[in-house]
Amino acid sequence: MRNVLTIAGRELRSYFVSPIAYVVLTGFLLLGGWFFFNLLARFNMLLTIYSAQQNPQVLQRLNLNEFVIAPLLHNLSVVLVILVPVITMRTLAEEKKSGTYELLLTSPLRVSEIVIGKFLGSFVFVLLMVALTGVYPLVLFAYGNPEIGVVLGGYLGLSLLATAFVAVGVLTSALTENQIIAAVTCLVSLLLLYIIAWPADSAGETIGAFLRYISLTEHFGQMVKGVIDSKDIVYFASVIALALFLTHRSVESIRWR
Amino acid sequence: MLEVRNLTKRYGDIVAVRDVSFSAAQGQILGFLGPNGAGKTTTMRILTGFLPATSGTAKVAGFDVFTESAEVRRRIGYLPENPPLYAEMTTEAYLRFVARIKGMAKDTIEDGIDRVVKLCGLETVRGRLLKHMSKGFRQRAGLAQALIHDPPVLVLDEPTIGLDPRQIIEIRSLVRELAGQRTVILSTHILPEVSQICEKVVIINDGQVVLEDEMKNLTRSGSLEEIFLRAVAKVSTPEAAGVSTER
Repeated sequence: MRNVLTIAGRELRSYFVSPIAYVVLTGFLLLGGWFFFNLLARFNMLLTIYSAQQNPQVLQRLNLNEFVIAPLLHNLSVVLVILVPVITMRTLAEEKKSGTYELLLTSPLRVSEIVIGKFLGSFVFVLLMVALTGVYPLVLFAYGNPEIGVVLGGYLGLSLLATAFVAVGVLTSALTENQIIAAVTCLVSLLLLYIIAWPADSAGETIGAFLRYISLTEHFGQMVKGVIDSKDIVYFASVIALALFLTHRSVESIRWR
Repeated sequence: MLEVRNLTKRYGDIVAVRDVSFSAAQGQILGFLGPNGAGKTTTMRILTGFLPATSGTAKVAGFDVFTESAEVRRRIGYLPENPPLYAEMTTEAYLRFVARIKGMAKDTIEDGIDRVVKLCGLETVRGRLLKHMSKGFRQRAGLAQALIHDPPVLVLDEPTIGLDPRQIIEIRSLVRELAGQRTVILSTHILPEVSQICEKVVIINDGQVVLEDEMKNLTRSGSLEEIFLRAVAKVSTPEAAGVSTER
């Protein structure tokens, strides 16, 4: 455990002693702020129009959760699909390039300690990114009345989604010493998992259900709606566990090749 | 302390290391000589647990490198050809990180850092970022990380390469100081270095050991250069080396 924390700590600190953390956090929050502002502005506009028209049916339907928070979370998830590969691309690939991989593997460390340590470092950083966007719902609570359970559920979904992204990113970083290949492989994999359910409607019964089951967006979408189903949590946990298991095998393979 | 028997490493058709056997007693400084591409680094990587061998055995401090890898890794200090440094860390932070992953007890770490900083002459660059240090200091930082957990065995891959003459002398006297209690295996192709520091010599060429002897026996039959050239000339054809040339 001590070794895991040492490695994770070093990883996390290295994000903050270089411009990486600051550029990524600023960029992410800038985009998040822009999305939030636009969604809220549009919501206000709709409210004004429909109150002027005295339309109670539509006014009933207009709520902060559905019209501001849910689209915000979905937009943030797309930005994460682009940013997380770039954040995680160096976790193992750079170690191989700089020679420190040899240091880690010739020290009395277990492969699992290396893998989990690396994952934990990036995970904490990405979780920080997600947590900082919590300021937007807080603003909404100050001025409006969104349903807190749904907000928390949505954020849990975003956190799990981001964690799954990080796990895939660490895996692709382990498979190569070239950071660009790691980033692109991760980005393409995440995008594929993101859109894999597109043909689900026109596909057959079983194939459609299967595609929907492995789709990241389906499970994330459910949690954003406020539905906390164990099925979705198990899905995310499985993705994370599978990615980390494969990473472990990949790192370990140098010992038996 | 160090026992290598019939070590072989194959990469597909290429045999990097073939049937290599040698040993080093406790407290001995062993010079591992050979031309470039002879298999020195590969052998060292196998000893330190980075690569697996295709066949053969290696024992460090009585522990088998393959079946008791963790025990071996605890007892070895390894300086690869390029010191494994994290460029964005300071010398001190880096040494602290290495001390932790080498399993040093928490209360011994700070003293350990002070000790190796003094030993390797890193006092003036203690707080400096590794990426802002000259090659000589980086090499010394690499040596410091190999020493910090006080291992009984040191594996140094070309420790003086690229250093200026004064730094080379400093590193050599440091290595001499360190042995006695420690077993050191140091690879190089700078022959005068071997004559000055090493007690035993192993010459490897084309993946095979062509000479293994104590320094005192060797210097009788000629200069080290002559011995080296004679030794590597014997195995100059692939057939003689036993390397497969079939396609």
